[in-house]
Amino acid sequence: MKLIVCIKQVPATESKLAMTRDGTDIERAGLTFVVNPYDEFAVEEALQIRERLGSGDVTVLSLRSHAVQNPEQALRTCLAMGADRAILLSDPAFDGGDNYTTALVLAAALRRLSFDLLLFGKQAVDDDDGAVGIQVAELLGIPHVAVVNKLEVDRQNKTVVAHRQIEGGIEVVEAPLPALITCQKGLNEPRYPSLPGIMNAKQRLLEVWNRETIEIASEAVGSGGAELKLVRLEPPPPRPIGRIIPDDAAAAVQELVRLLHEEAKVI
Amino acid sequence: MANPILVFCEQRDGRLKRVGLEALGQACRLSKMSSSDVVAIVVGSSVGSLTQELADHGASRILLAEDPALTYYSSELFTTIVADTAKALEPVAIMMGATSMGKDLAPKLAARLKSALMQDCVALEMEAGGSLIATRPIYGGKLRAIVKAKRPMMQIVTLRPSVFSPLKPNPTPVVSVERLTVSYESVRPMARVHEIQQTVGGKKELTEATIIVSGGRGLKEPQNFKLLEDLASALGAAVGASRAVVDAGWRPHSDQVGLTGQTVSPQLYVACGISGAIQHLAGMSSARTIVAINNNPNAPIFKLATYGIVGDLFEIVPLLTEEVKKLKAE
Ligand SMILES: Cc1cc2nc3c(=O)[nH]c(=O)nc-3n(C[C@H](O)[C@H](O)[C@H](O)COP(=O)(O)OP(=O)(O)OC[C@H]3O[C@@H](n4cnc5c(N)ncnc54)[C@H](O)[C@@H]3O)c2cc1C
Ligand SMILES: Nc1ncnc2c1ncn2[C@@H]1O[C@H](COP(=O)(O)O)[C@@H](O)[C@H]1O
Repeated sequence: MKLIVCIKQVPATESKLAMTRDGTDIERAGLTFVVNPYDEFAVEEALQIRERLGSGDVTVLSLRSHAVQNPEQALRTCLAMGADRAILLSDPAFDGGDNYTTALVLAAALRRLSFDLLLFGKQAVDDDDGAVGIQVAELLGIPHVAVVNKLEVDRQNKTVVAHRQIEGGIEVVEAPLPALITCQKGLNEPRYPSLPGIMNAKQRLLEVWNRETIEIASEAVGSGGAELKLVRLEPPPPRPIGRIIPDDAAAAVQELVRLLHEEAKVI
Repeated sequence: MANPILVFCEQRDGRLKRVGLEALGQACRLSKMSSSDVVAIVVGSSVGSLTQELADHGASRILLAEDPALTYYSSELFTTIVADTAKALEPVAIMMGATSMGKDLAPKLAARLKSALMQDCVALEMEAGGSLIATRPIYGGKLRAIVKAKRPMMQIVTLRPSVFSPLKPNPTPVVSVERLTVSYESVRPMARVHEIQQTVGGKKELTEATIIVSGGRGLKEPQNFKLLEDLASALGAAVGASRAVVDAGWRPHSDQVGLTGQTVSPQLYVACGISGAIQHLAGMSSARTIVAINNNPNAPIFKLATYGIVGDLFEIVPLLTEEVKKLKAE
């Protein structure tokens, strides 16, 4: 089984974020960056499939963009977890893209690799798009199942059966291979890289592919190819000033119900 | 007449999702500026009875794709149906709810049509030229991005449920209903839904609930969620949970609110025994009113809460349930 996982580096979820002066980006200095949590589920799932089948290989692929601090480090984390091969897509032409051009570049790279199953995160927790995996599947003309929290691979019949979380239930979906899944929490518990794994990953070579390697026109990607333009960032709207209702429990509860009914008008 | 706005109105089991009507409402508001038609498209196995509801909520033209093969959602078939419709209509925008279906359909549609994709929007405006400017929460709601589509053509937008309001229903003679002739076989390899397993029947769905009562580690033991269920039933609310109690196996993952759970925007969110970790806030900070019940006055949840009670939830929650029941009885 050939498994490829697309991963992105993102600020750790507990980070406090500040905007740049011009309001079009975040300050990255001083932030801790990690592998996108949903992509960790994807890497773990690929490793478990390889282990279960007793054969196969796991390639991790990441595209450098302005939003990503150090994709090399994220790829090395995945090697340390147990991935066999890491490829970094890096070219100034890729800068300023959107979900569509990201998918375009990843799809162009994936066409040069052979695979049975592609694994993505459900969404990157920086842009919260939840789009790129599904867009890649469409561009490659392969089926996808998104938001998967349980997966079975049937190597004989060349299919996967995936459980996908929907409102109020679970869709059980079957797809012929090659296919793409996007991973949701619940799928597995990602392992921590082992110490020998980390030492070993430091010495491994990262392959770097640029625009020429994947033969994609520079107008098609980056800011030129993007369909979306960022106007600016802004903080979330301020919340109404909160208040702690003092008093003993019974009186406080009475006051709370009154406020919810008369002031907030939500009950 | 300017190019229309196409609204994909999701239904399951012959019932329209409210967020589809919310999208219709937004489409109507935007269409006034561009004086375009609002075209609703519904896909499913039995959808003919939904036309009146769509017309009453602002659709000026209705397209139905009806076939037994469309009982379950299929990314490939639904995308083909909506994409082919879009190619014929050339809508300025395609709108839908950011539901599990919408968030699956929209990216595939965007890749097929080479369109701008704005997911999970909480505000939407249209420029004179027809380009959409959307506001989307990013970084788990810590910031918002204002993005603009470069071309005013087939811009694809998903709207966060419960953020927008549907139009007040206005009884309207159904204007025009057309049945789409489509081929329900795909030339491409397809994923197929075999079945839908209902998670605990009759339970209120989090993303659709207007009130959510949520519990965390402060509940101490799984069976104590009964307290929250009683409060929820008095309020007509759904029950949510923090990741800590989901990871402990007390509640199913489908109940989890937060970064790695559901994103919700209810009118009222009652957090009981939840500290308010940043990853939890990521899922609920767009709730209209937030109530926190926690015995630690320094719990971060109080920074966000509209109303807070510092105290023991085992004392407060039952009192609250009684007080709500009294109010409802009035
Ligand atoms: C990548 C990542 C993703 C994550 N995703 C999520 C997510 O999606 N959702 C999520 O919720 N978390 C998520 N977390 C975990 C998050 O960081 C917190 O660990 C979690 O939210 C804590 O849950 P809690 O508030 O129930 O527990 P605690 O933090 O232990 O809080 C329990 C609270 O109960 C109060 N309490 C105790 N006893 C009582 C009592 N008798 N009466 C009243 N109050 C009482 C305490 O004062 C305390 O504030 C994520 C973390 C990471 C790293
Ligand atoms: N720059 C990137 N490099 C590699 N994979 C990516 C990149 N951006 C997004 N992805 C993948 O696409 C998924 C969804 O991302 P998004 O659509 O941005 O939320 C992520 O979880 C990754 O698996």
